[in-house]
Amino acid sequence: MAEKVGIYVCHCGSNIAGMVDVEEVARWAGANIRDVAVSRDYKFMCSSLGQQMIQDDIKNEGLNRVVVAACSPHLHEKTFRRACEDAGLNPYLFHMANIREHVSWVAKDEAAATERAKAQVAAAAERVKLQQPLKPMEVEVNPATLVVGGGIAGLQATLELADAGYPVYLLEREPSIGGHMAQFDKTFPTLDCSACILTPKMSEVGQHENVTMFTYAELEEVTGSVGNFKVRLRKKARYLNEELCTGCGVCSEKCPKKVVDDVFEVGLGHRKAIYTPFPQAVPRYPVIDTESCIWFQKGKCRACEKICPTGAIDYDQEDEIVELEVGNIILATGWKMFDCRKISQYGYGRLPNVFTSMEFERMCNAAGPTGGKIVLRDGKTEPEAIAIIHCVGSRDVNHNPYCSNVCCMAALKFGHLVLEKTSADVYSCYIDMRTPSKDYEEFYQRLLGEGMHFVRGKVAEVTDAGRVPFEHGKLIVQVEDTLLGRQRRIPVDMVVLMGALEPQADAKEMGRKCGISCSASGWFTERHPKLDPVATMTDGVFVAGVCQGPKDIPASVAQGAAAAARVQGMITKGMVTIEPIVASVDEERCSGCRICNALCPFNAIEFDDQKQVSRVITALCKGCGTCVAACPANAIAGAHFSFDQISAEIAGALWDALSDDGAPAGTQSPTETVA
Amino acid sequence: MKYAYFPGCSLECSSAAYDVSVRKVAELLGIGLAELDDWNCCGATEFFSQDELVACSVVARNLALVDPGIDQLVAPCAACYLNLKKTDHLMTEDAGMNAKISEALSAGGLSYQAGRVHVRHLLDVIYTDVGEAAIREKVKRPLTGLRVAPYYGCQVVRPLDGFDDTEHPVKLDELFTWVGAEVVDYPLKTHCCGGHMTQISEPQAFELIRRLLDSAVDRRADMILCMCPMCQLNLDAYQRQVASHFHTRFDMPIVFFTQMLGIAFGLEPKELGFGKEIVGAEPVIRAKLESTASTSTA
Amino acid sequence: MITMPTDERSLTFLDEVVADAPGAERIVHCMQCGSCSGSCPNGPDMEYTPRTLFGLIAAGQRDRVLSANTMWCCVSCYACTTRCPQNIPITEIMYALKRLSLREGLTAKTDAPALARTFTGLLEKYGRSFEFGLASRYYLFNKPMAMLKLGPLGLSMFTRGRMSLVPAKIRQLDQLHAIIKKARELGGTA
Repeated sequence: MAEKVGIYVCHCGSNIAGMVDVEEVARWAGANIRDVAVSRDYKFMCSSLGQQMIQDDIKNEGLNRVVVAACSPHLHEKTFRRACEDAGLNPYLFHMANIREHVSWVAKDEAAATERAKAQVAAAAERVKLQQPLKPMEVEVNPATLVVGGGIAGLQATLELADAGYPVYLLEREPSIGGHMAQFDKTFPTLDCSACILTPKMSEVGQHENVTMFTYAELEEVTGSVGNFKVRLRKKARYLNEELCTGCGVCSEKCPKKVVDDVFEVGLGHRKAIYTPFPQAVPRYPVIDTESCIWFQKGKCRACEKICPTGAIDYDQEDEIVELEVGNIILATGWKMFDCRKISQYGYGRLPNVFTSMEFERMCNAAGPTGGKIVLRDGKTEPEAIAIIHCVGSRDVNHNPYCSNVCCMAALKFGHLVLEKTSADVYSCYIDMRTPSKDYEEFYQRLLGEGMHFVRGKVAEVTDAGRVPFEHGKLIVQVEDTLLGRQRRIPVDMVVLMGALEPQADAKEMGRKCGISCSASGWFTERHPKLDPVATMTDGVFVAGVCQGPKDIPASVAQGAAAAARVQGMITKGMVTIEPIVASVDEERCSGCRICNALCPFNAIEFDDQKQVSRVITALCKGCGTCVAACPANAIAGAHFSFDQISAEIAGALWDALSDDGAPAGTQSPTETVA
Repeated sequence: MKYAYFPGCSLECSSAAYDVSVRKVAELLGIGLAELDDWNCCGATEFFSQDELVACSVVARNLALVDPGIDQLVAPCAACYLNLKKTDHLMTEDAGMNAKISEALSAGGLSYQAGRVHVRHLLDVIYTDVGEAAIREKVKRPLTGLRVAPYYGCQVVRPLDGFDDTEHPVKLDELFTWVGAEVVDYPLKTHCCGGHMTQISEPQAFELIRRLLDSAVDRRADMILCMCPMCQLNLDAYQRQVASHFHTRFDMPIVFFTQMLGIAFGLEPKELGFGKEIVGAEPVIRAKLESTASTSTA
Repeated sequence: MITMPTDERSLTFLDEVVADAPGAERIVHCMQCGSCSGSCPNGPDMEYTPRTLFGLIAAGQRDRVLSANTMWCCVSCYACTTRCPQNIPITEIMYALKRLSLREGLTAKTDAPALARTFTGLLEKYGRSFEFGLASRYYLFNKPMAMLKLGPLGLSMFTRGRMSLVPAKIRQLDQLHAIIKKARELGGTA
C-alpha cells in the first residue's frame, strides 16, 4: 500500500519566504512527488497552529508520513516529532528538510534557492516513505556520580548531590581538595578570607556520608555512556596507611629534607619531602614526594617511619587501581596560570622583584611563606611602590586571545591589600577596567576612593635600566598613559603580573577520555554557550567552573550547582531515553571478520566467541554509522539510516536529473512542464 | 659551506672595518663567502617611505642575482638583512605583489622564485652553522676579563623572528662566552640607536644614543659590540657630540663583533679594521693583547 | 577640546591605508591598549603617539593624520609591531602613511622626506648609496648651517677611510633603471 505523505513548507516569516518561493515549492511538491496526500505552506510551522495543522491532517487525511521543510532539525525536530506522536503517528515517521540554514540563508539568487528547496523537499519525501517506526530505548541511571576536580565548582556540585542523598565520588589530583581557592588570601568583592569560606565546604565534603573522596588520584579511563559509565582511577601511592594515619603531622616536622614548594606555594615557599600541602588540607593524610625523599632517592633516612606514633608509614605501598560505576560525570578540573616568562619584556624570571598574581596571593596570605607581609624577593625589604600589570597573556593574539574575566577584580583586590598592609603607592596599568558583576563596580569605586592609582595603558616593558638618577635601583614600568596620550616611566620596587587563566595542560587529554571536545582556546566545549553552559554534547558528561571558560567564584559555584541539578534530574527520573538510532548486526551475514570492533569510537561492539559474530551493544551505540560503512559484507544496518533510505534521499534530491523523459524520478506524469 | 655575500653600501666604506673583519673571520671559520656580483643598494628605510613596489623591486634585484647553485645569502648589515628577508617574505606571502615585482624584474631581464634564497644574518651563520665546538677550537686569545656589552639593535631580531628571541636575544652573548669574554647583562641590548634620526632631529637621536652609552658605562662594560653599521656609526661617530650635548664624557669603544672574534682567534688588530673607529679601541685592545701575551700558552 | 567633523571622504580613509600596507586590515582590531606608544623610542617626541594616530584613522581624520609628524619620527625599530597584542603591522602602516602623506603633499614640517628623496635619488643614479653626496646635498639644501657642525665629524670619517669623496657605481645601471621604471609604472607613485 502506498504511503500518504504530508508536506509542510514553512515561511518562517521572511527568513525562508524572503528567498524561497514557498508557495511554489508546496504546490510543486503536491503536483510532482508521488504519494503526497497534502502539501501546504504556512507562515510559522512551529507555532501551535502549525502543529495543529499537521495533527488534523494526520487524523483527517490518514497521513502516515510527515515532512516539514523549515529550519534546522536542531531547533524543531523534537517539536514536530512530538506533534506527530500526540496525533498517534510514530515520531520516527517524520523527517525534516532544512530549507532555512541550508537554502535560504546561504542563497544569493531566489530562483536557484527555490529549485534547491524543491530538491530538498523531494529528498525528504522519498526518504520518509521508507522510514520505519522506531521505539526509543530507556536506560537506567546509576545514582552515583563522579565529580572530577575538588576545587570550589567541584565541591559545590558534590555537596548538592550528596545532600540530596545520592552517592558521589570526588576525584582530586592533588593531595588535598580545595583547588586554587585554597591558595588565595582574600576574595573579591567582599574581601572574605578565602580559606574561611572554603574550608567549611571542604570539611563538609570530607565528612559527608555520601561522599567518597579519591585524592592524590588520576582518572585513567572512562567507558560506557550516560546512566552507565565505568571509570577507572589510579590512586597514587601516598606511602602511608590511611587507616592508621591520624594526620598529626609529626612526620613532616621531623623530615630532614626541605624542598621548594612549586605547587601550593608557587615556588615562594618550602615544604618537606613528606608533606600536606597546607594546614587545613582535606584529607589530612600527608604524601611522600619520592623525587625529593632521601629514602627513595638514596636509600637512607626513614625518619618519618621511626617517628610516626601509629606506624602508618608504608614505603612499599603501590598505586591502587579503583574501578567505579557511575551514572554521570561532572568535570570541574579548573585551570593553570599562564607562564609569564613568555612575555620577556616584563622580566619575570629575570628581574627578581617581578611576581605573578599567584605568587602575590601567597605573599598576602597570613599562612603563606612571608607570613602575610608584602616584601621583596629578599624576604625583608618593604616596597615603596608597586605596579600591577593587567592582561599578561590575555587579550593577546600572540598568547591567549580571550579575556581572563577575573584579573581586573583581582588587581583591585591586590591594590586594596597593599594599601591596607603597607604605606606603598600602588598602580594599576590596565587596558579596560572590567567589573561587570554584582557589587563589582562599587568595588572599583572603593579603590578609587582608597587612593589606588590607575594608568590606562598596556605596559610596554619593565626594566631595571634607569635613565635618570631617581630611577636607579628601581624597576621602571614604561607605559603610555593613553588617557593623557603620553609615555610615562613609573619607578616602582615591585611588579605584579596578572597572568592569564589557561586550561590545564592535560585538558584535551581529559576531554578525550570523557568523550568531549575542547574549544580552540582549550576550554571544554559546552552544549550551547548561552542556553546550556554546563551540559556537553556527550550525554551524561557535564562541565562546571573555569574548565569551561574563565570565570569568578560566584559563577563557578553557580555552575557546580547547575551541573548537580541536571544530574539530580536524571537520577530522580531514574531513566534516560536513548535515541533508537543505533546499528544492528545481521548475524546471518556477519562473517566474524571483526573489522567493526576496532573501528567503533564508542567501544560499542562486542564479539560473540561462541557464535563467531559481532554484536552491537545498543546502550553504547551512538549511531555514528562507521561500522555500517566499514562492514565488507554489508551485514550491519543503521536504523533510520538504511542504504535504501539514503539512496531514496539522493534520488529525491536529483529529481530533475534522473529520468530519460525529463519527468522527475518517482513523480506522477506532470500536468504541466516543470523546469 | 658556500654562501652568497651581500656586503651592503655601509660595509664598502663607512663600516669597512665590519667588511674586513667579516671576511677574515669567515675565512678562518671556513665560511665560504662569494660576494654577489654587481649588487645594488638595498634602499635602507628610505625607499619604503616613498614607494613600496619600487623599494621591493630594487631589493629583489639582489635576490635575483644570487647564483642558482647557492641558496644562502648572508648580510652582515641589519638593514640589508631585514630588507632582503622582508622582500622575500612579501613575495612568498602576497601573490599580487609577487606578480608585480616579478614583472619589474623581468623588465631588467631578471627573475626570482620567491622563497628560493634563505636570507641569513651573519651572527646566525656563525652561531648555528659553525657552532660552539668549532668556535671554541679556534680561540687563540681567550678574551678573559674583557667586559663586553652585546648590542643587537633592532632590525636583526625584529620583526621577522628567526634565529633568536625578539625581546631578549642571547646568541651574541653566548657566542662571546665561547671566546672567553665576560658578557655583561646589557638591559638595552635591543633598544633602538635612533637610526637616521641623527640626520633629522639631533636632540631626539642624541638622547637615544646617550641612554645606550650610559647603560654600558653603568654595567662597567669595556666596549660595546655591534652587529649593525648604523648602530656602530651612531654610537661611535657621534659619541663626542652626544657627550658634549649632555655635558658629560664618554670613552666607550664601539666595535663590530667580528672584529673582536678576530682578536680572539689570534688575528692582528690591523687585519681587522681597528683604527677606523672614532673612539679609539686601541687602549682596550692593547691591554688585552698584552695580558694574553704574558699568560697565553696556546 | 578639538571638534573633529566626519566628512564623507574621510570614511574611505581607512580603506586607503589598508590598501597601501600589506596586512593593515588588522588595524580595525586595535583596542587602543597603548603598548605600541609605550614601546616607541621616539614616542615622547611625536605630536600624536602611534595609538592615537590609529584612533584618528578609525575616526576618518585624514588630513590630521597625513600631516602628523608621527610617521616621520618612526625609525623602523619594530618594537611596536613585536608587542602589539592584535598583530597589527604598525611599522608597515607607518611606511604607508609616509607614502600617502607625500602623495597628498600634506607632509609635516620635517626634513625626513628630503633625506629620503636625496638618498633614493643617489641610489637611482649610482645603484649604491653615496654618503658624502648624501650628506652634502641633504644638508646644503635643507639645513646649511648644520653643515658647519658636521665638518669635524666628516673630516674624522674621511681620514679614517670611512668616507669616500667619489661615488661607487654598479655596472648594470641600465638594468636597475629598467626595473625601477617598470615598478613605477605598475605601482604608479614616487
